[in-house]
Amino acid sequence: MSEMNIVQAINRTLRDAMKEDPDVLVLGEDVGVNGGVFRATDGLIREFGAERVIDTPLSETGIIGTAIGMSLYGLKPIAEIQFLDFIYPAFDQIVSELAKFRYRSGGQYPAHVVIRAPYGGGIKGGIYHSQSTEAYFCHTAGIKVVIPSTPSDARGLLFSAIADEDPVLFLEPKRIYRSLTGEVSDSQEKVPFGHARVVREGSDVSVFAYGAMVPVAQEAADALGRDGVSTEVIDLRTLVPLDEAAVLASVEKTGRAIIVHEAARFCGFGAELSAILAEKALYSLKAPVLRVTGYDTPFPYALENVYLPNPERVVRAVRQSLQAG
Amino acid sequence: MTSPARAVEPLPYEPSDLGEKLGSDWDELLRRGFRWMLLGRALDSRMQMLQRQGRVGFYGAATGNEAVNVAGGLASRPEDWVIPGLREQLVALVRGHPLPTYVHHLFADSADPALGRNMPCHPTAREVNYVSMSSVVGTQISHATGVAYGQKLRRDGGATLAFFGDGATSSNDFHAGLNFAGVFDLPVVFCCANNQWAISHPVAKQSAVPSLVSKSSAYGVSGRQVDGTDFVETYQALSSALDRARRGDGPSLLEFVVFRMTPHSSSDDPGRYQPADWPMRATRRDPVERLSAWLLGQGLISEQDRTSWEATADAEVRSAIQVAEATPAPTPESLTEDVYASRSYPRSRPKE
Repeated sequence: MSEMNIVQAINRTLRDAMKEDPDVLVLGEDVGVNGGVFRATDGLIREFGAERVIDTPLSETGIIGTAIGMSLYGLKPIAEIQFLDFIYPAFDQIVSELAKFRYRSGGQYPAHVVIRAPYGGGIKGGIYHSQSTEAYFCHTAGIKVVIPSTPSDARGLLFSAIADEDPVLFLEPKRIYRSLTGEVSDSQEKVPFGHARVVREGSDVSVFAYGAMVPVAQEAADALGRDGVSTEVIDLRTLVPLDEAAVLASVEKTGRAIIVHEAARFCGFGAELSAILAEKALYSLKAPVLRVTGYDTPFPYALENVYLPNPERVVRAVRQSLQAG
Repeated sequence: MTSPARAVEPLPYEPSDLGEKLGSDWDELLRRGFRWMLLGRALDSRMQMLQRQGRVGFYGAATGNEAVNVAGGLASRPEDWVIPGLREQLVALVRGHPLPTYVHHLFADSADPALGRNMPCHPTAREVNYVSMSSVVGTQISHATGVAYGQKLRRDGGATLAFFGDGATSSNDFHAGLNFAGVFDLPVVFCCANNQWAISHPVAKQSAVPSLVSKSSAYGVSGRQVDGTDFVETYQALSSALDRARRGDGPSLLEFVVFRMTPHSSSDDPGRYQPADWPMRATRRDPVERLSAWLLGQGLISEQDRTSWEATADAEVRSAIQVAEATPAPTPESLTEDVYASRSYPRSRPKE
């Protein structure tokens, strides 16, 4: 075990995966000599060379399109998109190509690419270095969407992503890249997809979160606990595949559900979660499902702290739910 | 002598030139190539007819592109990869994909390896390194770059052929794919089959440069414009670009100028946009008739050979159609297969 932050856990995991399997390679903008703008690929080029740690021209569609071709050939590319905000030139490659290769070829050409992208606000990144647009990708069949919230999960989920046979969008909560450290195993143990993590057990209300919103939910739960409210916090870990059983089990127990994400509310992932609860847990619910989310605006620069959900907003939603019935 | 109905631009070769251009077995190569071109034509004519009869849902003919496709199939080696654009199905057949399997695909039946999930003319043939294609224009170009990166990294001795049309030269991935291939110096041959029309849009309005191949210099990629209706020149250009790639001398862009001899697809009406003399101009540059006239003129084939080969090709196509029409549709259960590697996802299914 070693104490490390999320960036260090990702860096370490990439190194271990590349050491283990010569087919694994990393490509993206500034990932080689510079070690990535967040240093997630720091040192890899020295250890594995420029053929496997590839500094690419500045073109996201080129990065993902090339990674798809590498995967068809039999390599295991891990592409870095510098910020999720810059992924859209590759949207066509992800949605039209990567997600559909296995299906449209009848399984002859599965394309397995891991796309790593830092996402989310809280670093004063303004409109174009802050967005959380995971919902666009969750809507497309054929890709998996993974968001770790701890150093240990970052390692275990990244190992799973690299070993997985499907394309994986691996979103990294850049706000807590370094602010949060934890014990990380030296082993290569995987955290399986589709298994939510119960961050803390509770009996009065369930709060569902992922990525950088998990610590926000925890802080809210701490505050509520001081007032005698027992809050269950569930970290979804993987949005696709979703651990629906864990979501339903928690709500069947508490009867109240709060969904927290920093993405805009309208058609956000919380809308799907809320629909699942309406379809499958309505008779367990004592109060309406509530969402604490970013607003339906572009991501702001000066007003970042107004936009982002914080523990106070989560506490307010919990109280509203408790008062509802 | 050719009959007036087959009046075409003659191929400008003397038999004595061809050993150097095509190798010592050049006459056999031309006969083989010609027979494949006849198969392509038989397939196009039969399938267009069936589409009009409502027996297949859609068809995109490659009439006019036969020299490029057959040469691509014959000049490439088994270890090479083919990334198709739109009209390259004949490349897969020449490389060994069975015709009956392809016809199952056209009928989208349960014997289609991709279980009828695609519109017709979007086959996948892994056994001949023929990659699955989407209907999006241009995205495949950077896939070719990635495959070629693998070939270079693993030093497997192979090269990648990437196909696309004139319209795709305006796409994002034409730029990205050629740029990456130039920067990484990859063993890839980009083949632009410029049939001069992107549905209704003429190539002169697709790009302000007079020849698309001039774009290659912006990427540090070798470029050559080729008469894609001349089988000899086409084969020679492809062979030498593939050799260059295999030697490690880097990527090429070949612009094959061809003439679209059919509508864009079975859903198109070119009477709305093509000039009245286009069909006549295209007919003069018909790759099949150009090669036919030359082979007949040199006495390398007889009219009788041609007639009998055409009959054989049509019989093969018809027999494959008969089998496909008797094959059941894909099962409803197959709807949710191959979305992910595991069938535990997706969760939503019919009859839920």
